[in-house]
Amino acid sequence: MSELPPAIYETEALIGEDIDAYLELHQHKSMLRFITCGSVDDGKSTLIGRLLYDSKMIFEDQLASLEADSKKLGTQGQEIDFALLVDGLAAEREQGITIDVAYRFFATEKRKFIVADTPGHEQYTRNMVTGASTADLAVILIDARQGILTQTRRHSYLAHLLGIQHIVLAVNKMDLVDYDQARFDEIVGQYREFADDLGMKAFTAIPLSGLAGDNVTQNSANMAWYTGAALLPHLEAVELQQEAAQAASFVMPVQWVNRPNLDFRGFSGLIASGRVAPGDDIRVVPSGKNAKVRSIVTMASDGAMQTLDEAVAGQSVTLTLDTQIDCSRGDIIAAADNPPAVADRFEATLIWMDETPLLPGRSYEMKIGTQSVAASVQTPKYQVNVNTMEHLASKTLELNAIGVVEIATTQKISFAPYAENRALGSFVLIDKMSNATVAAGLLHFSLRRADNIHWQATDIDRKAHAQLKNQKPLLLWFTGLSGSGKSTIANELEKILHTMNRHTFLLDGDNVRHGLNKDLGFTDADRVENIRRIGEVSKLMVDAGLIVLSAFISPFRAERDMVREMLPEGEFIEIFVDTPLDVAEQRDVKGLYKKARAGALKNFTGIDSPYEPPLNPDIRVNTTQMSAPEAAQYIVNQLFGL
Amino acid sequence: MSELPPKRLTHLQRLEAESIHILREIAAQAEKPVMLYSVGKDSAAMLHVAKKAFFPSPPPFPLLHVDTTWKFKAMYQLREKAAQDAGMELLVHKNPEAQAQGINPFDHGALHTDMWKTEGLKQALDKYGFDAAFGGARRDEEKSRAKERVFSFRSADHRWDPKNQRPELWNLYNAKKAKGESLRVFPMSNWTELDIWQYIQLENIEIVPLYFAAPRPTVERDGLLLMVDDARFPLRAGETPKMRSIRFRTLGCYPLTGAVESEATNLSEVIQEMLLTTTSERQGRAIDQDASASMEKKKQEGYF
Repeated sequence: MSELPPAIYETEALIGEDIDAYLELHQHKSMLRFITCGSVDDGKSTLIGRLLYDSKMIFEDQLASLEADSKKLGTQGQEIDFALLVDGLAAEREQGITIDVAYRFFATEKRKFIVADTPGHEQYTRNMVTGASTADLAVILIDARQGILTQTRRHSYLAHLLGIQHIVLAVNKMDLVDYDQARFDEIVGQYREFADDLGMKAFTAIPLSGLAGDNVTQNSANMAWYTGAALLPHLEAVELQQEAAQAASFVMPVQWVNRPNLDFRGFSGLIASGRVAPGDDIRVVPSGKNAKVRSIVTMASDGAMQTLDEAVAGQSVTLTLDTQIDCSRGDIIAAADNPPAVADRFEATLIWMDETPLLPGRSYEMKIGTQSVAASVQTPKYQVNVNTMEHLASKTLELNAIGVVEIATTQKISFAPYAENRALGSFVLIDKMSNATVAAGLLHFSLRRADNIHWQATDIDRKAHAQLKNQKPLLLWFTGLSGSGKSTIANELEKILHTMNRHTFLLDGDNVRHGLNKDLGFTDADRVENIRRIGEVSKLMVDAGLIVLSAFISPFRAERDMVREMLPEGEFIEIFVDTPLDVAEQRDVKGLYKKARAGALKNFTGIDSPYEPPLNPDIRVNTTQMSAPEAAQYIVNQLFGL
Repeated sequence: MSELPPKRLTHLQRLEAESIHILREIAAQAEKPVMLYSVGKDSAAMLHVAKKAFFPSPPPFPLLHVDTTWKFKAMYQLREKAAQDAGMELLVHKNPEAQAQGINPFDHGALHTDMWKTEGLKQALDKYGFDAAFGGARRDEEKSRAKERVFSFRSADHRWDPKNQRPELWNLYNAKKAKGESLRVFPMSNWTELDIWQYIQLENIEIVPLYFAAPRPTVERDGLLLMVDDARFPLRAGETPKMRSIRFRTLGCYPLTGAVESEATNLSEVIQEMLLTTTSERQGRAIDQDASASMEKKKQEGYF
């Protein structure tokens, strides 16, 4: 350990002499979260390792295991390889790259720091976006010998996209270019041009060497020509995003309603922006009801109730109001004079994070603040090439792709453009079946289009249509494998209904695909669009008062649920024609299974394309136990309670 | 209102606000959450944050202690009191198989942790049908924890797949899961050991007295300084308990937890020692010293 440089941040004196004075000092530290972007080659891990080391965050036992590891795995010969401190999971250590987001902690006299350390390669775009989403500042590392590379542009674009206000261009490895000012100036000049193109307002360039420790914690004599702050003093001084957010209007998404008894009703949440004090006028969005804040309640350390005079962005609080108004999780409490807008159609940037690509039209769960709604995404307007910033045409978004899309929610949500308010403009999309977080999104603005297409007000409404036919309109949705008997049973059922004087219409896979949907194939994306169109047509017919029988394989739960959501509660009846694959294949009425098995038919459901059976169908018919007419009669009995 | 200078929140205020937010997200979304309570200082801090998060209601979930029967006596004493003070139900689970087989840390080594803790925890979660469990783990404790999510998704058999973790953006935590699957949730992820100590001091949180130095009977064994907490401690030939002024930086099963010699009898002195010391806190735990990446392996198997 003798070759280690001395730690520069010496706080021990006070710790030893007067611990209470030290603790008093350290209780008032603020907290900065930042992200480091760059690849292993840029010396990123070495720089973080040095920050940890210099701020005394490495203990002797960790150092001993680091020494041993350095000799075994290190790339610095007999020297300490700081990079090994930062690489966590065993698999990563073997591969020599970091493949996730790791969070590190260190502190100086002025601040506590949380560093999100993310890998630099293009295939880890999602990891960098994750780290950037909570960062106040980004350190973009470049190797002074290499200058600005493709990845520098990518990292800068992503940091800027995620709205990070403070960008540090850390020109590393200055020791390897003889601490040459001309080289530094050249790189900064190139970067400035690029930053202007990007719309980045400002950045701070610092020449340094993580390995040698120049300009990391203090200004280096090797670069007397550099008069700006060293990296750490700069990190200690920049303004925090959360403090900037205090200047905006008060907004608090409600997380939880606190009702211990009938006398207390509080609304709990994390203040997203602004300040709040007792007596302030607030509005609950979207209901639009106004009230005044009565108190801001918290618990004192002895367990008694304590009220606050004021609370600001970044604090988790519980508010009580002067009047009893309806307010629950998902609502937003905001300053009465400047509440957030509501809308249901948006333009947004999506960063795709899942192996399964975006399916335009599919219904995803959208989580925005504490609101959760169903949302569907249209075919992207364009995809962004993250290396060149070019706009490319694209039908979908794959893992790590970034694109601009139109997004529609099934109900209106409160929002603000991401650039104005991160908390109200950021969202994630969740796949309804796998429950995976598949995308991160930034809302830009609402689209007025929905407002401009006014529904033609008609005097004869859906209720009138149904009354004239003397029936409750329904959509009977048959789902099941190819050859399971959907169309046959639907046909039998329609005959029975006809004799019962019901007005019906049968929509069938084959007849629709020959007309309305003849432009669609059998890819997953086309299957989604196929069902969306059929859903819309069925809905119009139900509005016309008909009992519609729709018989389609409709293999994905998400799309069946999407159609269910198009109709009023109780009008969508999911009928699962439950025929095991081997039975359907044995029947093979149209000879399709044979073709699919022979490889002549691609994307065939049950063979090389999945079928997701309903989890809770309204009606299930088992065709191995009932004939088609029996099944039809069984459905009639279920429907009309016979 | 924008003319006012910004109110500066301290790092502890921000950490507390973040932890409260996480606790409430789960309370609002999980069907049956539980807080794992180990009686240690991290549990004490987490429990205090939970009391604040839901005040004046008591936290809307029970406490669960996965007991190994080998904890320090002083821990059992504080356990009941802490639950009562918080107005929360305390559930205690002891793995019946481990009990029947008399599994203990002296004779069974790694099997002790595996059966009592790893298996015991899975049993308890299954028994009560909890779908989300809060734990007090911090990212600064160990390298593999640095990459742990706040919401850590577990399969129906409680396994953790480090390659299949959900991305966590902003403060939007995805709590969705299928039946049988569960979440482990770490509200204190971004706290450091020093943060925990400072918070305990500022908020005046009661902790087990073993964290403070006092003369206690000890033996030195395999490089660890062990406390002879009760008569079950089998002394080896030549071992006689010796009174030493000791305290603990971390508390677990007493036969597996190494003490440090210390004169620190109050929080300021404990923090002072911690800051001046040169070994990290997990070094006092026998469990971590098997292999460099041992914690990651244990987590994949379901250890918290």
